[in-house]
Amino acid sequence: MAEYKPIRKVVSGNYAAAYAVKHARVQVVAAYPITPQTSIIEKIAEFIANGEADIQYVPVESEHSAMAASIGASAAGARAFTATSAQGLALMHEMLHWASGARLPVVMVDVNRAMAPPWSVWDDQTDSLSQRDTGWMQFYAENNQEVYDGVLMAFKIAETVNLPAMVIESAFILSHTYDVVEMIPQELVDEFLPPRKPLYDLADFSQPFSVGALGGPNDYYEFRYKIAKAMEDAVKVIKDVGKEFGERFGRDYSEMIEKGYVDDADFVFMGMGSLMGTVKEAVELLRKEGYKVGYAKVRWFRPFPKEELREIAESVKGIAVLDRNYSFGQEGILFNESKGVLYNTDARPIIKNYIVGLGGRDFTVPDVKAIAENMKKVIEAGKLDREVEWYHLKR
Amino acid sequence: MEIPENVRKRLSIPAEEHFFAGHTACQGCGASLGIRYVLKAYGRKTIFVIPACCSTIIAGPWPYTALDANLFHTAFETTGAVISGIEAALKARGIKVKGDDGVMVVGWAGDGGTADIGLQALSGFLERGHDAVYIMYDNEAYMNTGIQRSSSTPYGAWTTNTPGGKRHFLEKRHKKKVIDIVIAHEVPYAATASVAFPEDFIRKLKKARKVEGPAFIQLFAPCPTGWRSPTDKSIEIARLAVQTAYFPLFEYENGKYKINMPSPKKEPKPIEEFLKLQGRFKYMTKEDIENLQSWVLREWEKLKKLAEVFG
Repeated sequence: MAEYKPIRKVVSGNYAAAYAVKHARVQVVAAYPITPQTSIIEKIAEFIANGEADIQYVPVESEHSAMAASIGASAAGARAFTATSAQGLALMHEMLHWASGARLPVVMVDVNRAMAPPWSVWDDQTDSLSQRDTGWMQFYAENNQEVYDGVLMAFKIAETVNLPAMVIESAFILSHTYDVVEMIPQELVDEFLPPRKPLYDLADFSQPFSVGALGGPNDYYEFRYKIAKAMEDAVKVIKDVGKEFGERFGRDYSEMIEKGYVDDADFVFMGMGSLMGTVKEAVELLRKEGYKVGYAKVRWFRPFPKEELREIAESVKGIAVLDRNYSFGQEGILFNESKGVLYNTDARPIIKNYIVGLGGRDFTVPDVKAIAENMKKVIEAGKLDREVEWYHLKR
Repeated sequence: MEIPENVRKRLSIPAEEHFFAGHTACQGCGASLGIRYVLKAYGRKTIFVIPACCSTIIAGPWPYTALDANLFHTAFETTGAVISGIEAALKARGIKVKGDDGVMVVGWAGDGGTADIGLQALSGFLERGHDAVYIMYDNEAYMNTGIQRSSSTPYGAWTTNTPGGKRHFLEKRHKKKVIDIVIAHEVPYAATASVAFPEDFIRKLKKARKVEGPAFIQLFAPCPTGWRSPTDKSIEIARLAVQTAYFPLFEYENGKYKINMPSPKKEPKPIEEFLKLQGRFKYMTKEDIENLQSWVLREWEKLKKLAEVFG
């Protein structure tokens, strides 16, 4: 095995994704432009134009067709990639079910963007979380490095369990913001991610077969169970691949929830994506000021890291769940999921939901501090003031 | 049954069968004949893509397949996109497509899945120029969901959501000319075909295999269930559709039109001959028939003119 010497490049989150696609030796990219995803596919097109990547690029006429073409490509044995955002992801929704149902390891980057109306191109997780039940794995990147690493790992994990995977990054906060990313030399990526071995191959004519035919009530149920099982199995695969990635390249992803200062914390902040970068910064400062706080960054939302969350819940008095998303008629989606996971355990820390940063509203270190003050009061009182708080709502 | 060599040589349609008995089509189904002919023309090195339509069912439920070829079932509106993706994957993998010995990627969709919900993906497939064949089998309604109108349903036809009644039938629009929309994309090859003229259909399929880029064939495929016609009359009805010029056979190749009628000199038969065998037209009044007849002749004259000018 060759020695790992990272190649450092200053790139946007979107370019980090494009480089990962090139390094993963993706064979087919079918994509439709949408802000703020566009620079991913522009960069890929540039790689192709310069002869740096050997990719069949299909400039489709809609996101629905982007996913349909990716599914066709994947069914015909190719490593397939696409990328989208918000309305585009919503338009793809039907085909997301088709990818997981046909057990195709398509990988997609979704640039988290708020859903219209009103029109918004800024960060919000409701688009990707609306795809919760489609059978796609979901990885939330905190920074550009995690976008790059996430895409490479997503292909390996997806092709092991035969389920599609989504790598999610924040609109503009990551997609268009430049940062140093340590990239992996091609030959080492090739060792980590060998060519795909498809579950089935439409170009294999040795015995005729059909995919996706009618499944009556007698069969459909078992097909669903197999997806459920694959998703369960994915937990171990994710941890193993994350560990392997750490051993090879020094960045460990074996935890589905990245933890900090949890062991002696009174309460932790929990959330996903780029807002956790802000939280980590704030926690460092709060610790210096004597606050016993920690953080729990949920990397994988599907499959959901149940066990890891239950372990955290055992050691803390409270969890402040920060949701840059909302499910109307209920509450923040991560909050909702987390409460569900904790119900059947003895550990019952106080868990409170803070709705933050919808539609790209700034979420800063002082905001985290203000939430910490409120959370501290809640824990001292031993009961919730309110279950869901729209933080800094203009009234 | 083994076919003697001297007989085989005289057959203009390949003797090989790649469509198995035991499929679940209705009696007299034109679409099932269409699948059979496509597979005769292309053999088993074919990847079929079938969206939601009768053929989803005809091919058989899991784990069965009636096709001696690989088959990918997909969502209703995606045929054009999925065949594009498959073709791109084959090219990325260095697998030969089309030509004499390449893999054939065939989109096989009904009129609803092509003229209506799938039109966008069809357009994308055509304008991007993928090396695949798209076949629209035209049974002139949403047959699999229970005979609802599509934009390919003709004027005057009864369907379950354009029923006839005391006051009148509801379908008052003429059939959408999908092939004209296809030709507007300046594709290398587009043609109409009919299950009543299998030799012509197979010749066109073979031609579609040879052209570089996308090919489109609109196949007239009677549906006795939806057309309220006797199951043993499908071929006769399909033949009359051609003979009355209701569904003329022609080819468009690199800007040139060619009419392929069995008796090109003959004047079209009256449209009544096509209509009278089918229960779906029983609500038409004399005026309705005249209206349809004048549309048919107008379109026929237009086509003849195109063949004359761009022949």
